[in-house]
Amino acid sequence: MNGQHKCLVDSNPFTPEPARIIRSYHLTADVKFFQVRFVDMERALSFQYKAGQFAMVSVLGVGEAPFCLSSTPSRPGLLEFCIRKVGTVTNALFRLPENALIGLRGPYGNGFPVEDMTGKDILIIMGGMGVAPLRSVLLYCLDNRDRFEHVVLLYGAKRPAEMIFREEFFSLKTRSDLECHLTVDADDTGQWTERTGVVTTLFPGLKKIDPENTYALVCGPPVMYKFVIKELIKLNIPKNQILMTLERRMKCGVGKCGHCAIDYIYTCLDGPVFTYWDVLHMKELI
Amino acid sequence: MRILKLQKKDLFPFLEVISKAAELWAPVAKGDKFVFDQLQDFSRIAMTAVRTIIPPKKIMVPASFNMFNFTEKEYQEDFSHITDRILFGIHPCDIHGLLTLDKLFAQAFPDPYYLEARKKTAILGLSCFPDEHCFCKSTHTDIIEEGYDLFFTDLESQFLVWIGSSRGDDLIRLAPDFFDEKLTEKDITTYINWQEERDNAFQTEISFTRLPDLMELNDKAPFWEEAGAACFACGSCSMVCPTCNCYNVIDKRYLGKRPGQRLRYWDSCTLPEYSEVAGGENFREHKSQRLRLWYTHKLQAYVSKYGKPSCIGCGRCLVTCPAQIHVKSVADALEGHPVEAFWKKFAKEVSK
Repeated sequence: MNGQHKCLVDSNPFTPEPARIIRSYHLTADVKFFQVRFVDMERALSFQYKAGQFAMVSVLGVGEAPFCLSSTPSRPGLLEFCIRKVGTVTNALFRLPENALIGLRGPYGNGFPVEDMTGKDILIIMGGMGVAPLRSVLLYCLDNRDRFEHVVLLYGAKRPAEMIFREEFFSLKTRSDLECHLTVDADDTGQWTERTGVVTTLFPGLKKIDPENTYALVCGPPVMYKFVIKELIKLNIPKNQILMTLERRMKCGVGKCGHCAIDYIYTCLDGPVFTYWDVLHMKELI
Repeated sequence: MRILKLQKKDLFPFLEVISKAAELWAPVAKGDKFVFDQLQDFSRIAMTAVRTIIPPKKIMVPASFNMFNFTEKEYQEDFSHITDRILFGIHPCDIHGLLTLDKLFAQAFPDPYYLEARKKTAILGLSCFPDEHCFCKSTHTDIIEEGYDLFFTDLESQFLVWIGSSRGDDLIRLAPDFFDEKLTEKDITTYINWQEERDNAFQTEISFTRLPDLMELNDKAPFWEEAGAACFACGSCSMVCPTCNCYNVIDKRYLGKRPGQRLRYWDSCTLPEYSEVAGGENFREHKSQRLRLWYTHKLQAYVSKYGKPSCIGCGRCLVTCPAQIHVKSVADALEGHPVEAFWKKFAKEVSK
């Protein structure tokens, strides 16, 4: 009996839900900030996620790709993405005007264990685009400031012009309830007032930390992890309190397409947030 | 469990009755090999086919199909490739292959395309006799206790028919007169003798229990580089593997008013761009890394996650890989046994 019929399975996890680009602007020459809202207002307000989770974004007729959510779940309604122009989908996203329709599904992945992090010191270390996922957890900590002890932020960019959310971070420096250290690999402007050097050069300037009581959150280019982790181990932060969020090729986000497989886990289901112990335990994570 | 008898001459008439409301798919000859194909002429059914080129996963997840039609405004799911089907002639190993895929596709976020096709397909298993490449006895997938609606054991002049599900029972009820409930002493003896003969016919053996540990211990063994050098990165191993599930997704746009399509098609972790992300970072640039993923996933990762390897012993990789990189040769290499394979014998020549 040939012919079409309706699916018997209740929901299709692959169906992109319509959303609109509310606002978008350049953060640097090749990085853009997107504010997105589901067309269905009820869905926009009921959409719940955790800092560190990601979503699959579709550009009609171009394709679909995974992007971490840069907004915080403590500010519902708008979803924010911080996206670098590197591939087919991102190139198409950059061309879309405000109010354009895109597809969105998610949230996926494990996210940061914010419950376990409650009452602890939070050390956030970011390099380059590593800001994209960690901005979410940073804003979450700031919105729930009384639930965390010290919050320390280390951010390294290549050059001042490539520092994403530069103004946001400079204004954070004026706050007394967190430490914020910024650095650039090289200053080509002559105007840079902060540190120069890779992100690890910020470690000696840190106030004394209580390692057992600290969660370190790391995200940056692959080359950065080795050096940053070495510093964190030197500080005696327990391996399962060193958290990092990783990038992988994904075509489904829901543990089916196989591309993000590492050892016996799928980055999309069991990650993208992993501990340093996971890294030691499973080959190929970083 | 109910077991009935069916005379050989009554098989086609029975299939005729039950296939009135569904497509019938079965193994048919293609050159000197076999494929699962839709058919009306039952005489084409290859009753003694050992293995088909492509496993029956192609009936649940076609090599390429449309997931969504899209316009400027929305995505509309497309299930039009899924029809009511009867899959006849599927062997125990391949039924185990589907049960393995079930675990993956049904977990976490169930895949409606797979599950829908699965629901719409009646599984009519058929007994088989191993050739020199079958090693399903080693993977404990040579017999089947679940996962079928009906199972036909081929015994000389008649079949013993196991009813494995309520749907299987319904199919019998469409033509109950063909079946005989009374099993004689002789029927049982014939079955036991057949079982024993089949059990002794296996020529390929692999000890899977040790493999997870050996994978771990041999992580940096030089044979991965040798096999990597010989690998053509053609992806054939994944296409023919009953438990390889990886896929890719692309969007296609057409001229005119025809809606665009979001297509899903089979992929393989041995292909160069499998782990490449936008911007050019490739997490598995070398063939040896990608081969190791293929084998880690099947022989080790599945064991930690589901308690058994995802290999079902069908022997398809053994007869398909042009470089003879397959579960048997890799298992031999892991065990430190002499490897009778092209990639090992000519390792030096290949890597030049």
